[in-house]
Amino acid sequence: MEIARHWRLQRHRYALVGEVCNHCGVKIFPARDVCPECNAPAKTPYTFSGKGEVYSYSTVHHPPEGFEHFAPYVVALVRLAEGPLVAAQLTDVEGEKIEIGMPVEMVTRKLRDDGSRGTIVYGYKFRPVIASGTSADVKDASV
Amino acid sequence: MRDVSIIGIGETPVGEHWEKSLKELAGDAIQAAIKDAQIERVDVLYVGNMCSGTLNGQEHLGALISDWVGLRGVEAVKIEAACGSGAAALRLGYVAVAGELADFVVVAGVEKMTDRPSEQVTAALAMASDADFEAQNGLSFVALNALLMRRYMHEFGVCHRDFAPFAINAHKNAVNNPYALFPHAVTAEDFSAAKMIADPVNLLDSSPVCDGAAAVVLCPTEIARQFAARPVRIRASSAATDTIALHDRRDLLGLEGAALSAAKAYSQAKVTPKDIDLFELHDAFTIMSVLSLEACGFAERGRGVRLGAQGDIAIGGKIPITTMGGLKARGHPVGATGIYQVIEVALQLREQAGANQVRDARLGMAQNIGGSGATVVTTILEAVE
Repeated sequence: MEIARHWRLQRHRYALVGEVCNHCGVKIFPARDVCPECNAPAKTPYTFSGKGEVYSYSTVHHPPEGFEHFAPYVVALVRLAEGPLVAAQLTDVEGEKIEIGMPVEMVTRKLRDDGSRGTIVYGYKFRPVIASGTSADVKDASV
Repeated sequence: MRDVSIIGIGETPVGEHWEKSLKELAGDAIQAAIKDAQIERVDVLYVGNMCSGTLNGQEHLGALISDWVGLRGVEAVKIEAACGSGAAALRLGYVAVAGELADFVVVAGVEKMTDRPSEQVTAALAMASDADFEAQNGLSFVALNALLMRRYMHEFGVCHRDFAPFAINAHKNAVNNPYALFPHAVTAEDFSAAKMIADPVNLLDSSPVCDGAAAVVLCPTEIARQFAARPVRIRASSAATDTIALHDRRDLLGLEGAALSAAKAYSQAKVTPKDIDLFELHDAFTIMSVLSLEACGFAERGRGVRLGAQGDIAIGGKIPITTMGGLKARGHPVGATGIYQVIEVALQLREQAGANQVRDARLGMAQNIGGSGATVVTTILEAVE
């Protein structure tokens, strides 16, 4: 169940909130309270944009317990635009050709559930950036 | 500080031991090691183990196993550092003898994995990673290694089949190891056709889930001759850490924990990689073999994979690895692996490796890794003249 544990992580999981080091300016995700670059205390919250690109990826065919009904699913290391790497699933990629360097953006999705009476855990996944959707729509409208 | 030697070794075959429990496996290995050393007194028992709580519903292994094996009363404790638990326990045994806190220390490693279905074992192994930011996002331990392998292939322009020699070499060497789980050869075709687990990592890139136990007896080198015809001296023992999560690494493919651990061991032993006659590395996945060879100074960055194709990793090559089958083919009962590795180096240095004997082996290195490179224990062993 671990409800308190998931509650503690909600800002990380739902809004991609990490930290920024006030000493050297490095952006940190996940939060670690001590700057990995300069070792200064770093407890100032920082909200990441959710934009990034695929740094490495894999399709999981043999999932751990709790993830069976998602399999096969794609996991990745995503290089966030602000610098850090984040480990996450890719979503909305059925039939997509995934490549290193591919632009992705954060979305909120179901991570797992603990059976029919357990908690449903939501969190970040990343999906391919939908190519210039809004500007194309505007252009179409003006025709 | 006192010099420390290994005077006894004992191992069970690696396998699916449905007929034996965790404590029985550990007991078999410990009894064999004590018999090999012919000692009459044990001061301390350290037990390396990762998953007994999750997979066997049993913690408190120090008390459990000392009681079972007839060592009631001795100081005994479990040491856990994921897949590096075995060598982490050895490291503490070394510290106890070197620091004159004990004379006779038994270090055992044990893991009992096959009683549970595979999804539960996969989840238990994922506990070696960051629970909140890796495992909770569905990243299995295999997946973490797949992320490393994919990135390596991308950065250095190599193909999956370039990793085949590492699996082929391990299986070839396991044929002559009576304790190995998979004593049979595999081919490059088998490697390419193996079932995918988390691409690009397939079944033949990966070490198997299995049961096993192994134990060694340590004592001060100055009295080792009284117990063993061929003691094996611990020339260096070192441990280092890296970030637990892959995403926090400064250099994803640098395996900095392994580099740091090896550098400390070389410094303590006053040797360089060129002096090492064989290397029992942590080949949990083929990519780990390659990254370890690079981090420990046997190959330039991006070139470790070539040591496979060039035959350098074979017995008789420049740097023989996995000489008794490695994690891939001897098997990887996780908490026991670090002790199996050290026993295999000891067999080579005692010239008891049979058909797999590395000729004129004087100095051997074992490196046991916990997690995806987060805990790294390096041991350099030397034949005592």
